[in-house]
Amino acid sequence: MVSSLTKKETWSEYWRSLKFAFYCMTHPVDGFWDLTHEHRGTYAAANTILIATLIVRLAKLRFTSFLFLQVYWEELNIFLYLASVLFPLALWVIGNWALTTLFDGKGKLGQVYMATCYGLIPYPVIQFPLMLLSNVVTVEEGQFYSVLSALSLVYAAILIVSAMGQIHEFSAGKNLLFTVASLFAMLVQVFILTIFFSMISQGVLYFISLVREFLFRL
Amino acid sequence: MKNITRFISIALLGIIVAVGITPITALADASTGDTSYTYNLDYWGDVQDSPDFYTVSKVFTSSELGLDVKLKAPEGLFSYGDLLYVCDTGNNRIIELKRVSSEKFDVLRIIDSFKGDPNSTFNAPSDIAISEEGNYFIADRGNGRILKLDPDFNLILTFDKPVDNTLDPSITFQPNKIVIDTAERVYCIATGINKGLIKYEPDGTFSGFVGATKVTYDFLDYIWKKFATQAQRAQMENFVPTEYDNVYMDHEGFVYACTGAVTREDLRAEKADAVRKINLMGNDILVRNGEWPIYGDIHMGSGGGYEGPSYFSDVTVFTNDIFVCLDRNRGRCFGYDDQGHLVFAFGGNGNMDGYFRRPVAIEHYNHDLYVLDTLDCAITVFVPTEFGALVYDAIDKFDQGDYTASGESWERVMQLNGNYDLAYIGIGRSYLRQERYKEAMDYFEVKYDDENYSKAFKQYRKEWVEDHIAVIVIVLLAMFLIPMGIGKVRSIKHEIDTADIFNT
Repeated sequence: MVSSLTKKETWSEYWRSLKFAFYCMTHPVDGFWDLTHEHRGTYAAANTILIATLIVRLAKLRFTSFLFLQVYWEELNIFLYLASVLFPLALWVIGNWALTTLFDGKGKLGQVYMATCYGLIPYPVIQFPLMLLSNVVTVEEGQFYSVLSALSLVYAAILIVSAMGQIHEFSAGKNLLFTVASLFAMLVQVFILTIFFSMISQGVLYFISLVREFLFRL
Repeated sequence: MKNITRFISIALLGIIVAVGITPITALADASTGDTSYTYNLDYWGDVQDSPDFYTVSKVFTSSELGLDVKLKAPEGLFSYGDLLYVCDTGNNRIIELKRVSSEKFDVLRIIDSFKGDPNSTFNAPSDIAISEEGNYFIADRGNGRILKLDPDFNLILTFDKPVDNTLDPSITFQPNKIVIDTAERVYCIATGINKGLIKYEPDGTFSGFVGATKVTYDFLDYIWKKFATQAQRAQMENFVPTEYDNVYMDHEGFVYACTGAVTREDLRAEKADAVRKINLMGNDILVRNGEWPIYGDIHMGSGGGYEGPSYFSDVTVFTNDIFVCLDRNRGRCFGYDDQGHLVFAFGGNGNMDGYFRRPVAIEHYNHDLYVLDTLDCAITVFVPTEFGALVYDAIDKFDQGDYTASGESWERVMQLNGNYDLAYIGIGRSYLRQERYKEAMDYFEVKYDDENYSKAFKQYRKEWVEDHIAVIVIVLLAMFLIPMGIGKVRSIKHEIDTADIFNT
């Protein structure tokens, strides 16, 4: 594994798969079909895009002009802020896979993850230049910023939906249906997690109060 | 053996308890540090402690004023030059005071009757106003009339209950607060009349209602009401406009009207206003450019037994357009500038000097404030501190166009209070007028003033482009020419490589 890092082919493969993300951006149907069926994508590239997204999201806090993004640093928790990307991503990947695997979806869990990460590519690609641009515009010219910023999110959403259709080999209608179903699956997971954690804390509290009572009677 | 285990376990328990208690007491000590007497809100809405803006010069009660009959539930205050009129509502009289200094007031006259009417005494007079001609207007609430008296207290006119078809005839007319404009038109607030301010022409005729609050209700409430029974409907709150609590006529002839009968939800949803600035058409023209809305405390916790939004019982307006609202709920004064930024907030409920129990009226003399407390039966005189005087100085100099001096005053304000957002923005605006754009941008950025920052940045960018135009042109040209050149060289090379002449 480590020895492969010194090989030149490993790196050229990595670069090729990373550059393929840009092909997917401009060819949302062909690109994502080839991503899994032609093995054009790699996990390394998917991870890189995800990390780039997280870094851009963090960098935005500091380097976007205060005209567009005001940060209340006292209340900011970087880990929670990163979790606001990672947590929905994990819910989406698991929820989507769990549903589609029951209904003839061809994508594996890893492929769902890879395709979703590839679908995130517009976010770093658009937001990073936008972050720099925000420092040379005034409030009146701010419409450019807001429109492009919203565009990057819509673009990413379209790519992810299209990617899911291609890797599962779904028709357009079925794809949309399962997109909505996956969103519901995310809600269900949140519900289950909430119950789980409240149950655990109730259980822990029970033992804590037991020990307290014991100490009190001692 | 058993005793030893018992001893050890008790000792352990003692340690646990001791360790457990220490941090708690430490915390309790730290949490008793309340906010300071004067405070302000920053960009994020956090309360920032501030040096005092106003300080109590003296509190005047009946004994300080040397009154034989003690004040009883006074409700109205009117400042006219260096004279101050106090409506001693409970004793049916009006007291005329003359200001000698901020620490000395002399009683000039005690007005308890007038000439020219069979009923020549007052009954619960609640407000007084004086026109430019020197005529007295008195809201004689208990008698249901507004009196216009000449300077010698001879009756000129009486303003009675307005004759209007929309008005419930059974309602008793109780004129509560009045203001007079330069033409001696009377604007009146009467208890139980919520159609706005009652406006009388100089000749005493009623000419309509102005500035009624807009009625707002949810569609859901409306439907709910349709299905409710008569008894249920009576229980629900009515969709009626709110009544004003007090009015003030500023030096430009605009009427500031305030009300406390508003809910927290309506204020937060911007469905209701605590203060309005009403023009002749009856429209609200108050500028609300501040980061935070103009309704006093934005944090409405139930601390100290007081909850809900601030209850504005009176308002007064300085000649520099700063207006001060008096909050009856928490006994505080809130000063806002002409753009709606919070300039200061101070006060509290209590019995110490500078604290109130039920403040009902506020007036000003230059930059001094008079606050009347109806339960304490006392007038508190506030004078600006060095900090407050500097802020006023900076604002006045900016209005006069002396931007450099204004900037210097703001610098000194900033030295006294580093958490005062208006100081930073003031320095920035002063730099902006002096065309020192980069410095201005730095100050605006610190306090998140995007509008002014954009103004400064636009000029800064323009200057920068003008200074660096040569570099920009060269870079732009290079961006086009170098790739073009490389392409050209490559195509020539390609042509040479593939030229037939070399292959043959």
